[in-house]
Amino acid sequence: MTVSSGTAKVTLPSDTQILITRQFDAPKHLVYRAWTTPELVRRWWSGYRGEMTVVDIDLRVGGRWRYVMVANGGFEVAFHGEFREIEPDERIVTTEVYEMPDAPLDEDAVINIVTFTEIDGRTTLHLMTECRTKELRDTIVDSGMEGGMQEQMDVLEELARSLR
Amino acid sequence: MARAATTADAFNAVAEPRRRQILDVLAGGERPVNDLVHRLGLTQPQVSKHLRVLREVGAVAVRDEGRQRLYRLNGRALKPIHDWVKDYERTWSERFEQLDAVLEDLKESEADGKGAGG
Repeated sequence: MTVSSGTAKVTLPSDTQILITRQFDAPKHLVYRAWTTPELVRRWWSGYRGEMTVVDIDLRVGGRWRYVMVANGGFEVAFHGEFREIEPDERIVTTEVYEMPDAPLDEDAVINIVTFTEIDGRTTLHLMTECRTKELRDTIVDSGMEGGMQEQMDVLEELARSLR
Repeated sequence: MARAATTADAFNAVAEPRRRQILDVLAGGERPVNDLVHRLGLTQPQVSKHLRVLREVGAVAVRDEGRQRLYRLNGRALKPIHDWVKDYERTWSERFEQLDAVLEDLKESEADGKGAGG
């Protein structure tokens, strides 16, 4: 049985940051393992949207990673980056580039900071995406890939009501 | 597909924290300018400036009633943002649901391992 731990919470701490927060009903060393082990990443990263065809993880500082997913619609999406900091079970800092023709260059990569915090056997994961510029964040929004503009959740709930 | 970064854009209009506060207040209902000034602790010119940007992108609408100008939220204009956030959240929620399943397996095999090891 899978214990549902709630949905991902998305907030925008600043003009250039996107923060996702989620709790997991597991200790942090397992969440870290699921986050950094290729055959495990294959099982969750594509969600219900497709199949992972490539999951390369060279888990060391300076090592590269690359994920390729074939979406259910048949098109391919790919991301790659480099590990900048690795603190086992605690924190990972990577760069991330979305591979597309007019994508940001490697030097425009976003920085992802993932932290794993455990309390009473449950782990809170924070994934902070930092764009170097607001323009880059806007580009990310436009690509529809991930990242971008976001409202505070309480505002959004109100908006959702007003949109009905 | 690239979107020009101008102020005439709902995404940029709501990127400013004060403007988000204004939208937050207006989400509770129509308000006169003075009310916004009071609630946000800003000067009237500051609030007017932000309201102008929000009006340009259609995020708020205005009407005159007697001597008062009343502002209200126009959810339609903010729908692209709302849609983006919902999509982003859905993507990650789906991933995390799958990750939950992976973690259940890891917990089980860890428990099995401990049991087997005595």
